[in-house]
Amino acid sequence: MRDAFISVLTELAPQHPELLLLSGDLGFGVLNNFISHFPRQFLNVGVAEQNMSGLAAGLAMEGHTVFTYSIGNFPTLRCLEQVRNDICYHNANVKIVCIGGGMSYGAVGFSHHATEDLSILRSLPGMLVLSPCDLWEAAEAARYLVSHRGPAYLRLDKSAAPVTIRSGETFQPGSIRTVREGTDVTLAATGGILAEALLAADALAEQSIQCRVLSVHTIKPLDTDTLSAAASETGGIISIEEHAVDGGLGGAIAEALMEAGVFPGFFVRIGLRNTFSSVIGSQAYLRTIYSMDAKSITQTVCAKLGIAAEVLP
Amino acid sequence: MNGNMIKDSRELAKWIRTHALRMTSTGGGSHVGAIFSCADILAVLYGDILHVDPAAPESLDRDRFVLSKGHAGGGLYAALAERGFFPVDKLLTHYQNGSDLSGHVSHKLPGIDVSTGALGHGLSIAAGMAYAGMLREAGHRIFCLLSDGECDEGSTWEAVLFAAHHRLSNLVAIVDYNRIQGIAPVSEVIELEPFADKWTAFGWAVQEVDGHDHEALHRALAAVSLVTDRPSCLIAHTIKGKGVSFMENTVLWHYRIPRGAEFDAALAELERQS
Repeated sequence: MRDAFISVLTELAPQHPELLLLSGDLGFGVLNNFISHFPRQFLNVGVAEQNMSGLAAGLAMEGHTVFTYSIGNFPTLRCLEQVRNDICYHNANVKIVCIGGGMSYGAVGFSHHATEDLSILRSLPGMLVLSPCDLWEAAEAARYLVSHRGPAYLRLDKSAAPVTIRSGETFQPGSIRTVREGTDVTLAATGGILAEALLAADALAEQSIQCRVLSVHTIKPLDTDTLSAAASETGGIISIEEHAVDGGLGGAIAEALMEAGVFPGFFVRIGLRNTFSSVIGSQAYLRTIYSMDAKSITQTVCAKLGIAAEVLP
Repeated sequence: MNGNMIKDSRELAKWIRTHALRMTSTGGGSHVGAIFSCADILAVLYGDILHVDPAAPESLDRDRFVLSKGHAGGGLYAALAERGFFPVDKLLTHYQNGSDLSGHVSHKLPGIDVSTGALGHGLSIAAGMAYAGMLREAGHRIFCLLSDGECDEGSTWEAVLFAAHHRLSNLVAIVDYNRIQGIAPVSEVIELEPFADKWTAFGWAVQEVDGHDHEALHRALAAVSLVTDRPSCLIAHTIKGKGVSFMENTVLWHYRIPRGAEFDAALAELERQS
């Protein structure tokens, strides 16, 4: 997703001379092409995320479209007050880009896992929160942000779901993409972990359980209509996120449906439950440890539908 | 130098202090000592240093001013009102329900670009503005007024490093060095000395000045950029609570609200000053 993002920025930079990319001393090898072509539109601010965010606000106030770029929590939690006060309160045209959403950085350790960012960032007034699931969504989100005005957060995952774009489909920020139709249960996922939802849907289809799979690429504003329809038209909703369930995708869906007065047959939040991702291992391994892989999703669906999981492949 | 200008800035300083005294008293707001500390700096800036125009507060070639010590917002509001950015009557709404004039400075008013209040934010924003100015080879300058207390913040020094590295000669930091921070003297909390040496070592052109001497302030501010290839830092030696004898150099008047007999005595002192 990171490369898809940089490719789009590199493509659009010449048409957008106001665009600036600020890095907190990260992107070795990845940003080289951008930097060599557009040295005036790139700034390595050093390992100083508070300054990066304040600078971004000041640059935006002078008419620039500014992308701040770093890993995990560094461009968000480290400098949260600058994001809140300097960027959001001033409605500054700053796009915060996190590479390594969720547990992308696997065995690197918990310091590099962004597992509370969605809940924290979505609570900031005026913040658009995008969390694409595949390379197409990542590229389209980046493309959209270049022309979008105001604060935004783009959470890029190292993993990516297979591209499921339909012919003629366009990226609609603020809406939820229905990646797969079904009426038995809804699997609503955000980020690359949507791949696990698709695998689970395949396994369940073999038992004639048809899953509706939703890619919630926009966490804020949340597409309540699509969620309400899923609550009414399918047996229940399971949210899936490589993130804490508190206030994240699951929390956001629960809020939206409660307020809309639409209640799904059942509702389960799959994600981290009051725990740090402290086990060492790859992103795929950690998904199994924290019960958010395809098998865990499948088992959750079976439990909710009262089907014996052992009949599944 | 124009003698009238200096006289005007002294007059402006007196009005800033008088307004601020009334505003903090009526509104129940604090930080009057911190406002008095930088009243002369604000007066010289808004007297004749800053190229700003109340008729065109968002003009592209205006000088930018970032009040990083946002708790002195009352002083900036007073200066802007006196310069015609908004009616002086508005000042007494400070701290009042439904007012535009929050205690800490708000960009929702004409003439103010940046809302601050959390310390250690302003210099980064000002550096961003300065970098943008450098990119388009603009002629305006960016001034940022900091407190000494916020030089405890690591983020301030991140911005100091950045500005020096990029040789932002259009950026001017002014530190209101009254040596008293929130609840104790700077020397007892986190010593900043040798303060000027620190800024110099970080690559800034530094000048120290009496922050209440209008002639000296005018001379220094008119001369910046002090060095053409570096950002400038003016360390203004000031007195917290300056202008009211019983407030001067006291920790108490960082937060105390001037009311009753204290208000009357303070007002009388200010009015006696020429």
